[in-house]
Amino acid sequence: MSSPVLQVRDLRVTFRSEGGDVKAVRGISYELARREVLGIVGESGSGKSASALAVMGLLPETARVEGSALLDGEELIGRGDRELARLRGRRIAMIFQDPLSALTPVYSIGYQLAEAVRVHRDVSADEARRRAMELLELVGIPRAGQRASAFPHEFSGGMRQRVLIAMAIANDPDVIVADEPTTALDVTIQAQILDVLRTAREATGAAILMITHDLGVIAGLADRVAVMYAGRLVETGTVDDVYGRPRMPYTLGLLGAIPRVDESGRGPLVPIEGAPPSLVDLPPGCPFAPRCPLVYDRCLEVEPALLAIGEAGQRAACHRSSVIEEGDLRPVDVFPLPPSTSPARTHDRRAQRPVVLAAEDLVRHHPVLRGAVFKRQVGTVRAVDGISFEIREGETLGLVGESGCGKTTALLEVLELRPPQGGRVVVLGRDVAQLDARERRALRRDVQVVFQDPLASLDPRLPVSDVLAEPLRTHRFPAGRTSARVRELLELVGLAPGHAARYPQQFSGGQRQRIAIARALALEPKLLVLDEPVSALDVSIRAGVINLLEGLRARLGLSYLFVAHDLSVVRHIADRVAVMYLGRLAETGDVQRVYDAPAHPYTQALLSAVPIPDPTLERERRRIILEGDPPSPADPPSGCRFRTRCPKFAALDDDLRGRCIEEDPALAAVTEDQHAACHYAEPMHVV
Amino acid sequence: MSVPSDQFSSVLPSAEPTGAAAALDETRVPSRWGLVLKRFRRRRLAAAGLAVLVALFALAFLGPYLGHWSYTDHDFNAFLEGPSAAHWFGTTQTGADVYALTLRGMQKSLIIGLLVAVIATGLAALVGSFAGYMGGWVDRVLMWFVELLLVIPAFLIIAILSPNFRGRTWLLLVLVVAAFLWMVTARIVRGMTISLREREYVLAARYMGVSTPTIVFRHILPNVASLLIIDATINVSVAILTETGLSFFGFGVQPPDVSLGSLIADGTSSAVTYPWLFGFPAALLVLIVLSVNLVGDGLRDALDPTSGTTG
Repeated sequence: MSSPVLQVRDLRVTFRSEGGDVKAVRGISYELARREVLGIVGESGSGKSASALAVMGLLPETARVEGSALLDGEELIGRGDRELARLRGRRIAMIFQDPLSALTPVYSIGYQLAEAVRVHRDVSADEARRRAMELLELVGIPRAGQRASAFPHEFSGGMRQRVLIAMAIANDPDVIVADEPTTALDVTIQAQILDVLRTAREATGAAILMITHDLGVIAGLADRVAVMYAGRLVETGTVDDVYGRPRMPYTLGLLGAIPRVDESGRGPLVPIEGAPPSLVDLPPGCPFAPRCPLVYDRCLEVEPALLAIGEAGQRAACHRSSVIEEGDLRPVDVFPLPPSTSPARTHDRRAQRPVVLAAEDLVRHHPVLRGAVFKRQVGTVRAVDGISFEIREGETLGLVGESGCGKTTALLEVLELRPPQGGRVVVLGRDVAQLDARERRALRRDVQVVFQDPLASLDPRLPVSDVLAEPLRTHRFPAGRTSARVRELLELVGLAPGHAARYPQQFSGGQRQRIAIARALALEPKLLVLDEPVSALDVSIRAGVINLLEGLRARLGLSYLFVAHDLSVVRHIADRVAVMYLGRLAETGDVQRVYDAPAHPYTQALLSAVPIPDPTLERERRRIILEGDPPSPADPPSGCRFRTRCPKFAALDDDLRGRCIEEDPALAAVTEDQHAACHYAEPMHVV
Repeated sequence: MSVPSDQFSSVLPSAEPTGAAAALDETRVPSRWGLVLKRFRRRRLAAAGLAVLVALFALAFLGPYLGHWSYTDHDFNAFLEGPSAAHWFGTTQTGADVYALTLRGMQKSLIIGLLVAVIATGLAALVGSFAGYMGGWVDRVLMWFVELLLVIPAFLIIAILSPNFRGRTWLLLVLVVAAFLWMVTARIVRGMTISLREREYVLAARYMGVSTPTIVFRHILPNVASLLIIDATINVSVAILTETGLSFFGFGVQPPDVSLGSLIADGTSSAVTYPWLFGFPAALLVLIVLSVNLVGDGLRDALDPTSGTTG
């Protein structure tokens, strides 16, 4: 290996806070070779972003940064802002997570790009503009000349992220730091952006420091990976080594905790108990020790150093890594699995079970109004435009789709229990259009909801006891037994009953979501509507909540409507899946069938875009990368809504295309329990 | 601040002590208002503020019995004399006892200040939150009304109406002052409610079948409580000062009756030469406002679980 382009030695970052010094980064060292992609993986609060910002010199003044970071032999730490400003953008560039706040809203895209060029180079305005166009084309923005005069708000999230990448590579930097560049994006857009990042690396030869919480994203992109926990690196090595032979229990746990889109296993995921430690007062010893099943005396006394293990340069910070190496332990060997709780189901049983929720041709349109005094309707957003599905007792329907496809609108429409704009909603055999106010209230007992953000869905001013008592009081549960029921509920979701007097803020994210689930279960509902219940949670916490949901369903005989954008989670938890695109269902059916052989081109693209945390597989996979962004639901294309981005449509000849343009495809049976809305549906294996 | 009575309090002991859950944990599960009370008690300053406020009330209503003079009496042997054993706070130029006057004024001002604050803020909270939460025509009608009141020159109206109050109870004055003090807060509360309405915990409560008034009282108002409490504490002093202004123009509390405001207004000109005329009523006014502020701060912190110590 040639000399590293970026060499970080014993980097420490400390933030001052009222509670004491927060040691966000506690001495990390790594090297980044030329043209190399190093992935830094960690959960929120592990210090991964702080370490990158420290290298860039972008931390606030109040943060104390120690250690050394050499960029081609030039020290970055401790340099003045003015000196660093000359390097930033030219030698070392950054791509941020939120592409909207990283662009100035009042200047055009082209101007901002040209500015990025002119800051570091003495070129004329014309030349800078020409360079800006080149860059926009390089990152795949069509009609660059026209789009350059657009403003950031006119671009979609994916487009903005492309612009940021263009800006980062504008001056051929040696190092690009990408901080969660795809976290805010949908999976098909994420696939596009990762592709652009690869192109950018080819074009500039820059090394990339990729920071993310998503093990799947790194697997396909990075050469080497470093896992961070509580401000330190706990394992480093090539992607193949770390993913194939993890030697640190935390890495093992992370790998075991993610549901995989290519695995149909219904067994429980590997949960990592507990939560990451507070970085204010770390006890001596290994910070992971309280959550580690392999812990022994020494782990509690001495914090392990990052030591070489094996031949290929893999390193792990664990006293027990030799034990793991000798036994070549897998996640399930290290972490005790909760007993499997999902009963096997067969097909003929499904038809016999009663229908809990049925939606027929559900429609929800929002008017687009204009004018201040006299509002007039100038258009219609077809958020949900005729979808049908049914959920039978004891099963989970996963409703998946990208943001803006109408899945949340559909869910809210069901929860309203009011006559929909069009179509029918039947809950437990009762058409909601025929309910009077009292019956509707009574029916609410049986339909409960869990929202995405557990902090937003719990009233910050109510202690947990009152949060859980609220549904009970509303439905006249005997007041004398409320207290007992609250304790029972807390135990049901794995929390201590003594926690009832605390406020939601005093719990971690996973615990809060458990409280939200407990509240939903208070009245023993039949149907639970889950709106992205785990997407706001960290990987290690997520597994525990998914296991809890699975266990509860089996124990209490619940049915779930599980709305999510994460296809891996849906494969793990759902029995049936419905894929939504622009207010319509593209494909529905049995989960295993749909995932094994999706028939609709959109489902195929979606599934092929999901990263798999397996580097070998990820390198060999063929990806279907969709062009562009989803059209606006206010103005959907004629005929098939997907045709503007459809790879299959693109490959058809004109005669066959005619049908896609003119005729709106209905859901048609492809196999026994799989329906796709495509004229040329054809099952294909993609994962 | 309007506080809903918590009828189904979960502090009720479990009726059926059988079962594993009851046996496991016999400690009571505290309810929200129990916790708020506990957290309030823990704030020293707030408790001190409350004690001072109670003491001031006691002084205002019991103090006159201790003095030898009534506020209508005049001591023709002592004009403009400083504090002495006979006249604890001194006398005015007409020989009236300042101690008696101040206490009489404080009775008025305490009641006017607190009542106006409670009524104005309560009305603002109700109108604002219901308008914001329910939207539609309720919102429109209520907001039209608010805007109508906002464009009416309040002082002018009170001036025009005040001849009708003459001879009637001065409590009417409280209502009139309060009626012109709540509109801006109502608008702010409405704005905050609209953003709260979309919060998931409000949605969750709605999909649970919780009724609109309950949602407003249980989820909306406690979450705008910080604003309401600050507003109420400010309103106390604003009400006392408004009353002063009105009295000055001859609309409010009329002689021979007095209020703290009218006493301060009279005493201002001689604040340097005869400090007791100004000093005692002014000091008591400061004390009232200060203690109300301390209580308000304590209440706000007790209601807001994110502040300071945890419950």
